[in-house]
Amino acid sequence: MLARLKQMGARLRAYFHASELDCDLDEELKSHLDMLAADHIRAGMTPEQAQRAARLELGGLTQIHEAHRAVRGVPFFDTLLQDLRYTFRTLRRDSGFTTFAILVVGLGIGASSTIFSVVNALLIRPLPFSEPGRLVWIANDGKEGDLSALTVTVGTHVDLRDQAHSFSGVAAYYAFYGDGDKKMTGAGDPERLTGVPVSQNLFPLLGVHPQFGRIFTTGECKGNAPVVLLSAGFWKTRFASDPHIVGRTLTLNDRASTVIGVMPSSFDFSSVFAPGSRIDLFVPLPLTPEVDRMGNTLSMIGRLKPGVTVQQAQAEASLLSEPIRIRHNRDELRFKLTSLEEHVRGRLRPALFVLACAVGVVMLIVCANLSNLQLARTAARQREMAIRIALGAGRGRLIRQLLTESVVLSCGAAVLGLLLAIVGTRVLAHLDALSLPLRESVHVDLGALGFTLLIAVLTGLIFGLVPAFHAPSAAVHDSLKDSNRGSSDGRHHAWIRSTLVVSEIAFACVLLVGAGLLIRSFLRVLDVNLGFRPEMAAAMRVDPGNRYITRALRNAYFDEVLRLAKSVPGVEAAGLTDVLPLGHNRSWSAGAKDQVYSIAHPPPDVFVRVVSDGYLKSMGIPLVAGRDLAPSDDASGKPVMLINETLARILWPGRDPVGRTAQYVDVDRQVVGVVGDVRHLALEQGSGCEMYLPIRQTDDYASVDLVVRTSLPPAALAPPVRTALKRIDPNLPVNEFRTLQQLVDKAVSPRRFVVLLLGGFAAFALILAALGIYGVISYSVNQRTQEIGIRMALGASARDLQARIIMQTLALAAMGMAIGVAASWVLTRALAGLLFGVTATDPVTFLGMLVILTLVAVAAGYFPARRASRIDPMTALRAN
Amino acid sequence: MAESKSDILQGTLDLMVLKTLDAMGPLHGYGIARRIEQLSEEALLVNQGTIYLCLVRLVQKSWIQAEWGASENNRKAKFYSISKSGRKQLIAETENWERVAGVIGRLLQLSPRR
Repeated sequence: MLARLKQMGARLRAYFHASELDCDLDEELKSHLDMLAADHIRAGMTPEQAQRAARLELGGLTQIHEAHRAVRGVPFFDTLLQDLRYTFRTLRRDSGFTTFAILVVGLGIGASSTIFSVVNALLIRPLPFSEPGRLVWIANDGKEGDLSALTVTVGTHVDLRDQAHSFSGVAAYYAFYGDGDKKMTGAGDPERLTGVPVSQNLFPLLGVHPQFGRIFTTGECKGNAPVVLLSAGFWKTRFASDPHIVGRTLTLNDRASTVIGVMPSSFDFSSVFAPGSRIDLFVPLPLTPEVDRMGNTLSMIGRLKPGVTVQQAQAEASLLSEPIRIRHNRDELRFKLTSLEEHVRGRLRPALFVLACAVGVVMLIVCANLSNLQLARTAARQREMAIRIALGAGRGRLIRQLLTESVVLSCGAAVLGLLLAIVGTRVLAHLDALSLPLRESVHVDLGALGFTLLIAVLTGLIFGLVPAFHAPSAAVHDSLKDSNRGSSDGRHHAWIRSTLVVSEIAFACVLLVGAGLLIRSFLRVLDVNLGFRPEMAAAMRVDPGNRYITRALRNAYFDEVLRLAKSVPGVEAAGLTDVLPLGHNRSWSAGAKDQVYSIAHPPPDVFVRVVSDGYLKSMGIPLVAGRDLAPSDDASGKPVMLINETLARILWPGRDPVGRTAQYVDVDRQVVGVVGDVRHLALEQGSGCEMYLPIRQTDDYASVDLVVRTSLPPAALAPPVRTALKRIDPNLPVNEFRTLQQLVDKAVSPRRFVVLLLGGFAAFALILAALGIYGVISYSVNQRTQEIGIRMALGASARDLQARIIMQTLALAAMGMAIGVAASWVLTRALAGLLFGVTATDPVTFLGMLVILTLVAVAAGYFPARRASRIDPMTALRAN
Repeated sequence: MAESKSDILQGTLDLMVLKTLDAMGPLHGYGIARRIEQLSEEALLVNQGTIYLCLVRLVQKSWIQAEWGASENNRKAKFYSISKSGRKQLIAETENWERVAGVIGRLLQLSPRR
């Protein structure tokens, strides 16, 4: 082994000292010749004879030199260098082709590397915690989107934490933290911040350490200690990365809080647990009876003991759940464990899988296209090949030369691709409107670099393969023939080119159908009846704050807010709510007063909205029966509520619900109105049961949003509304003015992301396929100039010729589409999970894509056809 | 490239060069070529230049060393001499050769069976 290495070293040295060694050998050979000749002279030859005999005996000097170089050096390098030099010369000469190839392959590689980076960050790279494989997400097994059904109470959490043996620890955070719950004043403009209450052991459990200061102590987590930890992002933007921040006091919700530390930038809570949102602070979560009384509020994360599997832990948790449920007198408790990886990433997998496949198909089309171009070029270079073969170049050598050329091209393209990927990933990482977990960590890393290099070389080899193996053999056939037109070889050539184009069309067809299905789903989603009208409406946080300590004071505050908001010109309606659509959702069990419920027949889980009069109007939610809430529905009035149509149907099927009494926990309320269903969870999901409680009759809300409907553009409304409200609260924070359309956009952003990318890929594929068709048809027109000339001379009309050529185009396209449709029929089933409102074999999409492809094919064939019909028969016939 | 032709005999040629240098002391390329030609009755070297391919290979394996010097009649020539590891290699190769030769010999002596 060592000897091998040594020899390799000697070879490399020899390679780099070639000219020196050549001189050396030259001298040695010369002295060899001299000695040999001298011996011959001694044997009686004349000096001339002796010289000649010596040369013959020694062998050709050039051959010895060449063989010597091959034996002592690294012949691979020599050849490579030669090929590279030659390649650069040819590519420079053929700059049009080079530019086009680099552009097309560069775009393909750019797309691939970007998608790879996304997949790498979102699916492959480990979560930014220590030993993330042992972390599990522990949820209540409830309805997706209903946070109350997915979380647990403090008591439940503490019991599981203390009783389960599968975990080395179980931590929790308060899942009902609201965006902008913390109002910071006294440091510049007032600002609404988002703070997450976390249990004392959360950070140690995740294995995250603050970059400055310390984490919460057990003592601080017992009460409501006024201490905060800052997120790295907030510390950077608001405090300019001030290293002396620890110990400073911030005023949060009118209360002085001390900064005790700053989390590292590698720990991005929101990107893992709450994609698309911003987390500024962490505060202690007191695991106290008061929080316990708030019901299901905690999300739990556990760390498995080494060697314990998720299934084992699940089995233990399932056993524990029933006793814990009974002890805490809960209606429903079923622990459901998923690995944290799966919880964060599982939902992304299908979409990213589709994108990765799509980009793979795009690369195949790129390869087919380039293959075709290379074939056309090598056809033009057959003379050159023939001469090189005649001069003794081996077939292997020519193939190698051609492959070197394609790999050089694709590596050049990789540079462009890498630039595109860097730009692409940067744009993605900063696309705040896009709610994808771990999005911020998307960037081009070493892995992506390696991937790009790999794909570049692979692409070069793949698209170079057919031309490289085809060209030398073709060259041999045609080597000394003056013309190759009409020869059987030409036909073979055309056959390969047609196959490539057919496969391009087939691939493009698959992509188009896939993109078409997703686009149609997307349109369906946008078309969905939300139950409210997001256009021309906006929302703004207007929490009463700590100064309004009694309900009466708060109600006076609400009256004033609504009055001032309605006084702003352009505002048509104003109302208050504790929860905006497509955000957090909580639910309570609520039933009809006259019904008897049991464990076997439980009351339905009903989403709770606490709203004021005017809310329905400002949201655009239709009132179906009864009346809207009124300002008089306050503490002195009768307890009333609104319900949605779904709840009405469930509680009182076939009967008029207005005037009946509903009951939740131990409160009775009379139903005064029925409203339309609102898609609160997601655009794709039905609404479920909803009830609207008058804000003036309850204290059970964590935040308050003012919703206004306007006749002006909603964004233009922010300053006047803010100015109006400043009159009651000079410390009103300036951020947090959102149009409802923004909420909807954010909710559909992952879908839009996939649609945009796939649509882009499909468009690129379509262009490439069109270019491919154009290339093949115009090549065949060129090849058949003579034939066309004869046909015209014999009286074929221009129209005939055009029709013939377009028919030829359509034949290719039809073959491609037949294969493509068959493949799509099978492959689009993989899309099923991403579709909404269309089936995977939606005939409209399939037909539409076929029409588009046919039109593109006709257009691509039309130009060469027109050129053919303008061929002057005399010129064509004389040309050869 | 002449490699494929010499491949079969490469090991043999290596062995012969090593043996020659071991037996005769430092020699230049011409001397080695002459010696091998005499011994093999010109069966091994198609042309004498081939010897240099073998020599450079052996030098790179550091089984022999090369040094410029003056020949008998005062011409500048490169002299090759066997190194310590070359001797070791020679012994190993010789044993190997004898074993193979023995096997082949015995094999060729087998009488055909009917």
